[in-house]
Amino acid sequence: MGSTVLVVGEQLDGVLADITYELVALARTLADGGSVVAAGGGAGFESAAGSIAADRVCVLGGAQMADYTPEAYGAAMGALATECAADLVLAATSAVGLDTGAAVAAALGVPLVSYVVGATREGGDLVTTSQLYGGKLLAEAEVAGGRAVLTVVPGSVSGEAGKGAAGAVESVAAAASPGRMAFRGMIRPEAGGVDITKQEILVSVGRGIESQENIELVEELAEALGGTVSASRPIIDSGWMPKVRQVGKSGLTVKPKLYLAVGISGAPEHLQGMKDAEFIVAINTDPNAPIFDVADYGVCGDLFDVVPALTECAKASA
Amino acid sequence: MHIVVPIKEVPDLVEELEVNADGSDLDREYLKYKINEWDEQALEEALCLKDEAGATVTAVAVDTGDVDGYLYTALAKGADRAIKVTGSFARGGDNHTVAAALAGVIGGLGADLVLGGVQAPDDLDGQLPVLLAAALGLPCVSVVSGVSVDGGTARVRQEYSGGLMAELDVTLPAVIGVQAARQAPRYAAVSKVRQLMKQVTLEEVAAPAGGGEGGGLRIRRLYRPEAAGHAEMIEGSAEEQAQRIFDILAERKLVRR
Ligand SMILES: Cc1cc2nc3c(=O)[nH]c(=O)nc-3n(C[C@H](O)[C@H](O)[C@H](O)COP(=O)(O)OP(=O)(O)OC[C@H]3O[C@@H](n4cnc5c(N)ncnc54)[C@H](O)[C@@H]3O)c2cc1C
Repeated sequence: MGSTVLVVGEQLDGVLADITYELVALARTLADGGSVVAAGGGAGFESAAGSIAADRVCVLGGAQMADYTPEAYGAAMGALATECAADLVLAATSAVGLDTGAAVAAALGVPLVSYVVGATREGGDLVTTSQLYGGKLLAEAEVAGGRAVLTVVPGSVSGEAGKGAAGAVESVAAAASPGRMAFRGMIRPEAGGVDITKQEILVSVGRGIESQENIELVEELAEALGGTVSASRPIIDSGWMPKVRQVGKSGLTVKPKLYLAVGISGAPEHLQGMKDAEFIVAINTDPNAPIFDVADYGVCGDLFDVVPALTECAKASA
Repeated sequence: MHIVVPIKEVPDLVEELEVNADGSDLDREYLKYKINEWDEQALEEALCLKDEAGATVTAVAVDTGDVDGYLYTALAKGADRAIKVTGSFARGGDNHTVAAALAGVIGGLGADLVLGGVQAPDDLDGQLPVLLAAALGLPCVSVVSGVSVDGGTARVRQEYSGGLMAELDVTLPAVIGVQAARQAPRYAAVSKVRQLMKQVTLEEVAAPAGGGEGGGLRIRRLYRPEAAGHAEMIEGSAEEQAQRIFDILAERKLVRR
């Protein structure tokens, strides 16, 4: 006997997020012959609903669903999960999924598994694989009884099987929410300055650089290689570089010809923004840094030695 | 305004992470711990709100071992109170248990705002702020950078991808999962922390009974990922490594020679 899997659909700025297809594809394998229900709100979700290969796609209506608020989404998804007797709810490891996942888990009284990169059924149980410790280790966990909410890391499964004609698309009135939140508007990234998504060579710097003054080292290297400096999130949060230089989940997705990662560990959120670069070279003192798993070439070494030496090589041949 | 900041200790990821003999957990014997970096961000945002508009800031930690130092550091940075929640908590204890214990204590503190780190590197069974909010019956927004408070409402910025953010208003009391404070976390002078350790006794509150069932997950095994690929490692001195990288880049016509 199969089960019912509910997918928390996501749209961003009017466009359906790819993760929705990925979640539907994963849901199909976990439904075990049962049914897959996808739900979401907002114009972006509504216009793409027919292309989601779920048995039932619920377009959540009502004024409170037009723009995302955690509270309205949590209440609506929780109610829908109960209504369709979902055993399993899949959401993304994203702002939307983080907010909604716990709310639904609480409403259903089921476990919540985060940072999931894979899941299978074993009899009535559910076996999940999650990324822990910044991607350095994987945890295989077992959910007895198999009922749970999973938040899945975007890009962990192929979304192909999630694309296709929807079995049925229906409008569903969203359950009322307590109304303690209001959406005020979107804030767009400031335009202007360097567009790191258009650069062929990026020298990207992470927390290994230790201080703002040391960033000069990577600037010199970037200049010598004819590239541009980008960074991981902690560098931006420290105020050492502007937000437009941030690579990753909450920053920009880049696909340069060369991505030189300097003192960056390669946390899942960073990899999300750069793993599809054409050629990746990483310099890191930690041989177990996850960045080496996506890099083509790696140097296990001190950036304060290797970076100046590389700058010299580039200058010498100029 | 009363702002409560839950903080926890996590393994320092810069260290080698060894798995224990039966593969179910880290080998914690020689592990080095540090404060969860996102909790540090949450504390910073709370202190900024205090500097800006006045507030009482209380740091709370469940006693997983050596949390005193983190609590004294919070005081040294400008927190007004520090509470250690005592009970039997394992390091890396699951968030459902921690959320239940914290909810029992925080529920009695009259918090207007709970600012927690959006996540921690050892979160397997969900992120703490959202679980805590569910336990307290409060609204929650996670992945927030930027909080301001006006009367009974907090205005927050929730981050999406590509630098896109939404601005939301949340009626207080509320729980916020902080991604980044408006400025880098401030330092506490070691001398000040030491001085506080001598002068101040931490408040201790026993965790309320019950509610510690855990998330319902059982870790079968913890292991190093076997990536589909691994970088070809370049050996040698720094100069040799640099020269080799440069040659590879030149061969691939990524740089001109
Ligand atoms: C919702 C959310 C969104 C996020 N979005 C992003 C995002 O868009 N982009 C992003 O980058 N992160 C993002 N993060 C943060 C992410 O989880 C990591 O914290 C971050 O990527 C770590 O950055 P890092 O690699 O520079 O620092 P760390 O993880 O601290 O790594 C520093 C590395 O430098 C190495 N090192 C230290 N000294 C040296 C030396 N002398 N020489 C060489 N190597 C050295 C260390 O071995 C280590 O591997 C997000 C997190 C969340 C929760």
